[in-house]
Amino acid sequence: MLQKLYDWIDDRVDVTPIWRDIADHEVPEHVNPAYHFSAFVYCFGGLTFFIVVIQVLSGMFLTMYYVPDIENAWESVYYLQSQVAHGQIVRGMHHWGASVVIVMLLLHTMRVFFQGAYKKPRELNWMVGVLIFFIMLGLGFTGYLLPWDNKAYFATQVGLEIAEQVPFIGVQLKTLLAGDPTIVGAQTLTRFFAIHVFFLPAALFGLLAVHFILIRKQGIAGPL
Amino acid sequence: MNDKKNKVSRRQFLNYSLTGLGGFMAAGVLIPNLRFAVDPVLKQASAGGDLVNVGLSEDDITEDPQRVDWDVEQVDGWYESDINRTAWVFKDENGDIQAFSPVCKHLGCFVTWEGSDDYPDEFFCPCHDGRYYKDGTNVPHTPPLAPLDVYEHKIENGMLFLGEPKPREGA
Repeated sequence: MLQKLYDWIDDRVDVTPIWRDIADHEVPEHVNPAYHFSAFVYCFGGLTFFIVVIQVLSGMFLTMYYVPDIENAWESVYYLQSQVAHGQIVRGMHHWGASVVIVMLLLHTMRVFFQGAYKKPRELNWMVGVLIFFIMLGLGFTGYLLPWDNKAYFATQVGLEIAEQVPFIGVQLKTLLAGDPTIVGAQTLTRFFAIHVFFLPAALFGLLAVHFILIRKQGIAGPL
Repeated sequence: MNDKKNKVSRRQFLNYSLTGLGGFMAAGVLIPNLRFAVDPVLKQASAGGDLVNVGLSEDDITEDPQRVDWDVEQVDGWYESDINRTAWVFKDENGDIQAFSPVCKHLGCFVTWEGSDDYPDEFFCPCHDGRYYKDGTNVPHTPPLAPLDVYEHKIENGMLFLGEPKPREGA
């Protein structure tokens, strides 16, 4: 049945070359853990992406209950954790995934660094990777505030003070982030929410696309 | 059993096991999320609260439908509030107390007793000219397809108590 459905679509739109372009390519021997077990280090990038997919999915579902408002944020998180089926699992995925994604990202970065895989002609992809790293840190920073508990509040307080230390534009930068020069409150929370679920993910998807297109274009770096 | 047709090739085997493993991992991620999302559908509807004193004495209920407003506590997820409820209350020709929900059975607008000068002695809905007779049954060939819902009610110490609006039997 599935085969027939596929054939029906393929007949009309000729999708096979499209997905073959994306999915069908040689895996060189030196990156295949079946030949050299130590090649598992090449999995870190893919694992980072896998965790990102989990983050996106669980995040989408969390917003079905979460409210970015200082009166209701904590209550809604408490409600979804304690009253909604699997709420602990879904928030747990997002909570722990946020840390795992940073760990995976660092492992991936270290692999590329120590293998020298960032060298010419792949410097551009290294730079894109660093930007992705910054985006991830931004996602971690903005997401941390959203439960609106004491830890979140004071961590953000400190983070904003750090932003304020930037020379010349520090005060403006802090106000831009917090929505108010002095208060960490209603405007901060909505801003952080918007940045966390719209702006940074959009930037992330764009950069990931560039990252993946470059790796397909340039191929994987050769063996050591 | 050595039939060549039944042999699973190495490629097939790998395809099946990788698809299975991928499906298992995807399911592991998706199932908790989906269960989380459909939770409101599967939740048991909470039993209606107690009947509430609406501040209307039995003696003040006339044969003319009058509007009664009162507040009930509503728990909406993490948000608790008092919401306003309204009923049309009167005594019918047998002297029985009737309390109708004002929510039109067409598309949920708000019906008013004698809300239109053209239709005296009827409940009228302004949205699509839905009409109901005094006993709450819908006038045939107007938009509503069912009679107005009826509030559970009781009289205690001479005061009217109202509960949840219920669709009529056989409506």
